[in-house]
This record gives sequence, C-alpha cells and structure tokens, in this order.
Amino acid sequence: MTSPLRHAVGAALALAMLMTPVVSLAVEPNEMLQDPTLEARAETLSKELRCVVCQNQSIDASSAPLARDMRLLVRERIAAGDTDVQAKAYLVERYGNFVLLKPPFQADTLLLWFGPLLILVVAGVALLMAARTGAPDDTDDLAPDMEDL
Amino acid sequence: MIAEVGRFCLILALIITSVQVVAGLWGARRQNAQLMTITTSAAVAQFIFIALAFALLVWLFVVSDFSVMVVAANSATIKPMFYKITSTWGNHEGSMLLWVLILAFFGAAIGMFGRNMPAPFKARVLGVQGLISLGFLAFIIFTSSPFARLFPVPVEGAGFNPLLQDPGLAAHPPLLYLGYVGFSTAFSFAIAALIEGRSDTVWVRYARPWIIIAWICLTIGITLGSLWAYYELGWGGWWFWDPVENASLMPWLLGTALVHSALVVERRFALVRWTILLGILTFSMSLLGTFVVRSGILTSVHAFAVDPARGAFILVLLVLATGGGLALYAIRSPVLGAGRVFSLVSREGSLVLNNILLVTVTGTVFLGTFYPLLIDLLTEDKISVGAPFYAMTFVPMAAPLLLVMVIGPMLSWRRDSGQGLLGRLAPALFVGFTVLVLVAAGTHGAKVIAALWLAMAAWIVVGSLMILVRRTRVGQVSLPESLTLLKALPPATFGLVLAHAGIGMLVAGLAGGALFKQEGVAMLGAGQSVPFIGRTLTLTGVQPGREANYEFVRGRIEIRRGAGKPGLLFPERRFYPERQSDTTEAGVRVTPLGNLYVALGDQAEDGRWTIRYYSHPLAVWIWLGGGVMALGGGVALFDRRNWLTPERQPAREVQTSGSAPA
Amino acid sequence: MTLPKPVVLLAAIAPVAVFIVLAIALAFGLSNDPAALPSVLVGKPAPTFALGPVRENDTGFSTADITGKVAVINIFGSWCSACRLEHPTLMDLAARGVKIHGIDWKDDPADGAAWLARFGDPYARVGDDQTGRLALDLGVSGAPETFIIDKTGRIRYKLVGPITPERWRDEMAPLIAQLEAGQ
Repeated sequence: MTSPLRHAVGAALALAMLMTPVVSLAVEPNEMLQDPTLEARAETLSKELRCVVCQNQSIDASSAPLARDMRLLVRERIAAGDTDVQAKAYLVERYGNFVLLKPPFQADTLLLWFGPLLILVVAGVALLMAARTGAPDDTDDLAPDMEDL
Repeated sequence: MIAEVGRFCLILALIITSVQVVAGLWGARRQNAQLMTITTSAAVAQFIFIALAFALLVWLFVVSDFSVMVVAANSATIKPMFYKITSTWGNHEGSMLLWVLILAFFGAAIGMFGRNMPAPFKARVLGVQGLISLGFLAFIIFTSSPFARLFPVPVEGAGFNPLLQDPGLAAHPPLLYLGYVGFSTAFSFAIAALIEGRSDTVWVRYARPWIIIAWICLTIGITLGSLWAYYELGWGGWWFWDPVENASLMPWLLGTALVHSALVVERRFALVRWTILLGILTFSMSLLGTFVVRSGILTSVHAFAVDPARGAFILVLLVLATGGGLALYAIRSPVLGAGRVFSLVSREGSLVLNNILLVTVTGTVFLGTFYPLLIDLLTEDKISVGAPFYAMTFVPMAAPLLLVMVIGPMLSWRRDSGQGLLGRLAPALFVGFTVLVLVAAGTHGAKVIAALWLAMAAWIVVGSLMILVRRTRVGQVSLPESLTLLKALPPATFGLVLAHAGIGMLVAGLAGGALFKQEGVAMLGAGQSVPFIGRTLTLTGVQPGREANYEFVRGRIEIRRGAGKPGLLFPERRFYPERQSDTTEAGVRVTPLGNLYVALGDQAEDGRWTIRYYSHPLAVWIWLGGGVMALGGGVALFDRRNWLTPERQPAREVQTSGSAPA
Repeated sequence: MTLPKPVVLLAAIAPVAVFIVLAIALAFGLSNDPAALPSVLVGKPAPTFALGPVRENDTGFSTADITGKVAVINIFGSWCSACRLEHPTLMDLAARGVKIHGIDWKDDPADGAAWLARFGDPYARVGDDQTGRLALDLGVSGAPETFIIDKTGRIRYKLVGPITPERWRDEMAPLIAQLEAGQ
C-alpha cells in the first residue's frame, strides 16, 4: 500500500531520517486509519514515540501490547483533530518526557543539544593548539620511507 | 572433573600473568635482559592456559554437562551441535572468558611477532597488557566463573535465546571482541611510551600493525552485527542507536582517528601527546562498553547479565585502567614536549581536521548515550535520546568529514599551495554533480537531500580512485609506464583507496536504504496479491513444519513483474518450545540495486496472514562497504613498513622537555 | 609558537578530570534503575472513568465510587506473575478493613474473574480495562501498580511494582492517614 503521499512525507523528513534505520511497522492492518494522510501522520508520530516497556524501540516497531495501545491512542487523537504537537503532548502528560525519542529542548537538555557544537569547539581548539605549537619546521620530513603514502 | 581443571587453568593463568606484569615492568626498569625474556614467555604461557580453559568450556557445552551452571542455563540437549558450541560465548561468563582469551592472544602475539621492538619497550608493553589481563582474570575467577557447579544437576538445560541460534552469532561476538579487545594493544603501547617518556616517535610504527588488526576486526564485527539485525529482527532495520551499539561505535570512531593521527606522528613528529591520549581513550571506550553491557546501567536489547555487583567490579577495573592511564598522561605528557609545526593546508592539516571531526562525532554519540543517565541522577525528569537526536547532530557533523576525506589524500605533506587541487579532483566533482542532477531530476525534485547524499557517495568513491590515477600519472605518461607505477605502489596506498571507497559505498547504501525506502502491510489469504513497486506480491500459501528444536510456518511469496518466471521468497516464523518464544526470519531478495524484504506476521481469525513488505534500495552496499573497508585495512597490513624496524634517526627527535617550556 | 605552561598543564589534566566526573556518575548509576518511570501524574487530577464489571452481576467501578473519598487503586491482571506475589499482602489488608479497588488490565474479564475466584478477592470494587485506555490515561507501564488518590480526586502517590508490608507501613498507610485527615 504505497502512495505518492508517502513519498512526500518521506522526502520532507529525508535529512532527519538519514541515519535512522528502516524501522517499521508492527502496525497491524486493522489498526490503520482509513485516511492515508492521517495514517501517514500517525506513522511518523509513532516512530518518534518510545515504547516504554521495550528496550529502545519506537511504538511503531514494537509488537508489545502496550505499544499497540499507544498506537491506537495516537490514531485516536489525530482522528479527533489534534495536531502532531498536541498528540505528543497528550502522551507526555501521562508518561513524561521519557516517551519522546527526540529529547525535548528545555533547560536541562541544553547541554545535550549544544554539546556537540561545544565539543567541536573544544576539540578544534585543542587539536589546533597541538598542531600549531612546538618547534619550527626547519628539518626535512622524518620517516622518508613514508614518502609515497 | 573437567570443570575443575578449567578453573585450575584460570588460576594458573592468573599467577603467570602476575609474573608477566612484574617481570615486564620491573625488568624494563632494571634493564634486566633475563626478566624481559621471561615476560614474553609468560605472555605466551598465559595465552596457552586460558586457551585450554576456553577449550574445556567448549567441551562442556558440546557434551551438555548440566552440572556446570552456565551450560545448564544456556544450553539444551536438543540444540544442534553448532549452536551448542556457539553458546559458549552467548552468555556473560563465557563471553568474558572469550574477552580475556583475546586479550591474552594479543599479548602473546606481540611477544612472538614484535621482534623489531627494543626489548625494554616490548617488556613494558607486555607488562601493561598483563595488568589488564590481571584485572579481568580476577573478575572472572572471583565473580563470574564459567566453571561454577550446579547442584542438584538438572536433567535438561534451560535452552537458549532463539534469536541467537544463528550463524551470525558464531561470527559477530568473536570478531567484535577481536576489535574491541584488540585496541588494548594501542593502550599498552601508549602507556609504555608514557612510562618511557620516549623522545622519539618510533613506537607508533611498532603499534601500527596491531591497531590496524583491531580496527579491521571491529569494522567486520559491527558490519556483521548490523547485517544480522537486518535479516533476523524482521523489521528491516540495521542501526538503532542502542547504548550497546553506540558502545561499539565509539571505539571504532576513535580507533579510526588513531589510525590517522598516527600518520602525522610518524611523518611530522607532531601530535605525539594527542596520539597517546587517543590510544588510551580508544580502549577506554571498549572498557566503558563492557561496563555498560554487563552492569544494567542503561536499558538495552543487548544487555547481558544485569548485575550491579559485577558492574561495580568492572567499574573499578575501568577506573584503574582509564583513570590510571589518564593520570599517568597528566603527569608525563608535559615531559614529552610538543612536536613540529606544520601548515594547515597540507596532508597533516587535513588529518587534524579528520581528528577534530571524528572526536566530535564520538563525543556526540557519548553525550546521547549517557545524558539520560545524567538527567536521571540529577533531576526528577527522565528523558530518552533516540534516533531523531542523532539524525540532527551526528549526521550534520559527519557531512564535512565525508567531504574532506577526498581532498585530504590529494594534498602534499608539509605544505600544499592548493593550486591544481581542483584539477586533481575534477573527475570526482563531475561525477558527483552528475549524480546529483540525475537523481534530483529523476525524482522530480522531490528528493533533493537524498540526491545530495548519493552525490556525496559518488564523490567519495571516485575521489578515492583518483588517488590511484594521480599516483600512476595516468594521462601524463604512457600506459605501460602507468602500469609499472601501479605495480610499484605500496600496499598502504591500495589500502587507503579501498578503505575510503568502502565508506563511499556505505554512504550510498545508507542513503538509498533510508531515504528511498518504501514499505507496506497487508492481510493476505492464500492466493491473494498486493501490488508493490511495480511488482505483484502473491502469497501462494503458508506451510507448517518442524526442525530439530523449533516448529515453523513458512510462507511462499511469488514476485511477478510482467511475464516471465516469478521470483520466490520464503519468510518464516519460528517457534522455540525450549524458551517459549518465537522469531521472524525475513525473506530477502538482494540485488545491487536494492532489497525486497518480506516478513510474515500473525494469522488472523479468518485465516489471512499479515504480510509486511519493504523495498530498501542500495541497502546491500551498507554491508559490502563495510567489507571493502575491512579489506582495505587488510591490504594495508601487508605493507612491509609495518613489520620492519624503522631506521633510527637520532638527530630528528621530538624536542624534549629541555627546550620546550615544561 | 609555544604554549604557556598553565595551558600545557590544563591540557594534560583535563582528560583525567573529566573522567573522574564520569566515573562518579557511573558509580551512582549502578544503584539507579534506568527503566523505572517517574510518576509524572502525581499532583494532577485523576482521569474520570467508568469501567464495566469483571464478574457477571457485578457493578463495575467508576469515578462516582471514589468521589470525595481517599482511594487506593491497584492495577492487576490474571497474566501478571508479580501480582501473585503481591496478592497475599492485599488479602491481608482487605481483612483488616482497608478498602482497595482493582482494575483488571489487558485481561479477558472471564480470566480476571476466574483468577479472583481462585486466589481470593481483596477488592472493594473491580473494573474491567480490557482495552487499556484507562491505564494509558494513568500512565501505567506494567502491573502491578498502585495509586493513592485524595478526596479532591488528585493522584498523590504511585507505586510501580508489588506492595510489600514494609512499604505499606512506612509510606502508604501514613499518607492515607494524612489524606483522610484532610491535609
């Protein structure tokens, strides 16, 4: 069951999804919504929500009963007119931030989100210091047998 | 009886290792030739006794001796012999024994094949290697003995996790450990260099072959693990950013950085202290991974024995090894002094950039893996860090690295003016751009980002081949001359080309599989069909059956595309009575252009079966790319320069603390 | 260009300093359960509900049964082995006059009824949550779990795992007494 809509949704998430595995569908056919747009939204949301009784799986990928319940709940909320943000908030209200696979951007996760940039700066400074300090380069290369590498 | 002999072998190994440590470190300090020779013998003897203990453990599994606790807990008489053997390392105690076996193996190998090293240095390396062994042997003997007895003896074993009854299990952990544990050699070399306060950088040359071997094994181990997850878990995924997976990726990333920075050390006498630090940190990541898997500190599908008491022991080992190593680094590294300066637009400069970016992505993975723990300890909140986080941080950081890795090998050592760079890389640019335009146009502008990634993959592969073109001066000299030059190229160059091209293939596979994938699910009765990617999938029937220790239902899927013979796939569900659990074996049709992946789900009350089907374009290149990378490492290993004593050049030493500000 | 001495020393000490912080975090982490979910709903109003009966001819369980009273609600299921561990404690409490309500979660009502008949029924009222919707609204992730709700209908306490006599005595009973007294 493919549709052009799936392609569109997939492309829109292309960059974000590059490194994510092709995780998919523990969704049963009888869970799926009739409207393909809503179903596509539900699936995308399901991939971002954590199965709280599993080891590191999204509710989309898990066959656990609780995951199924959550999938149905997500679909119910979307069908009832919730936006993606509202549907996620519904679950976060009940299970906490643990249920979000993408950590929220809040005070106590600033270090997490800015960390990589910070590490880049620190590593850059450290290595450039290591590279640019020392004796002047007034001799020939060492290890001449490394010439043709 | 056999179990007791096994335990005795381990205790003997512990004693021998103590001798190895003392003889090595003390003998080197005293320049005592006899003690230093004893060190090598002890390293070999340690290996022999641990190997004996391991062989005995395998035997106990083969004969299904349920009076031994691990055999009773992890095996069963109805298991096929092959899986009885692989069960040996499919549990905490057995895998720890494999861990120390490989540790001892590397020690013995350095002892026997490291003939080009000066005796005191070798003795110190073996002494440090022995110290690590000492810690883990003690851990095994006192907390995790594989030879512990069980009384009363059960008649039948508790079986085995069916997910692990797979040929992939035979290869994945041993290879992973060869890599993981193999980086202990980098650690030992780095510590030995620190202890000696070596003022020349020749030690990097001695360490290189061992670092490359470890890197090759870890590359294969991770690739195999990913491949195994793909066809075994039934969802078509290959990487999950699971903490234990991350724990194997981090040493790989740092190990790659180490391989590259070591080049600068040899070439420029620069980055010496940094490379020592990397050597310590790479193995520390391995130790951290071992801790994470076995302590229960993070939730993971891979978690072994979740036992905080054992976790505490490993934490102590981690603190002693890494803490000790880094403390030694803090004390001794200023003594080593700085190396020589070089221009940033140069081969060395690109290698520095390589290291900066690799360290950053490693730090990113580390942050994502351990941040939930930090939050849990410090606040009331509990968060998850999953794939979406890494997609927004790891991936953007990797992109510049992938771009630069093609430019770097084209730069001259020491200083490159940048002139002519465009000319050297023009073909790669051209092919990359062509791919971008073709894919973007072919998908009507809907998949521009995906097209960019495929263009990147082409850039890397062609750019790597351009190295060969440049070295053989194709176009500048006659063809026979180029061929002569080709034959004269050292293996290290071919290794470089293969390893880099392999990454390009990996990127192509990831981009295709993730960004062009399609999937669907349907409920089919016998004879019913569903259309998918221009083909028709028909479920002709589902047959039950049984094998030695499992029952199965096997679906038969016909794939039709126009007239002609249909392709066939046989997805299965297996049920293992010994563990009351089931597994999915997907049916996968692999072609260079993509995989068609079909998994069998549950049967509904009306008799129809849930069929899930996926298309993963180019996915096979993920694992082929990994294989080619490892091959590149293997080819580079054969370079003679790795195994000969380099010429000593006393005039060209790193400035010692006398002239540098210390 | 050469680096000033303090910078060199800082660069040398930084790695081990960072590691010590990490090691301390890991040591604390050993006594921490990574899977235990904190109770985000504590302090918030409990959801309204109306559950059907588990046994035939029973009345079921709804918000009306607990309005204006302090309530102890226990999540269980006939499939749940840890609930069997907790069961004797619940029977004991019921015998002492403590009112506990039960929610049969993700269970065929017939199975739930059979389980209660076989092992004993400690509950004042039992409701059927076969669909699991109420459990989702309560943030339940497994069984057994127990909630204490105050007179205004707010969730004041959540226990993940079986109730032990010690926990009842030390944590739950005092809290209930407090809530009964209107604090």
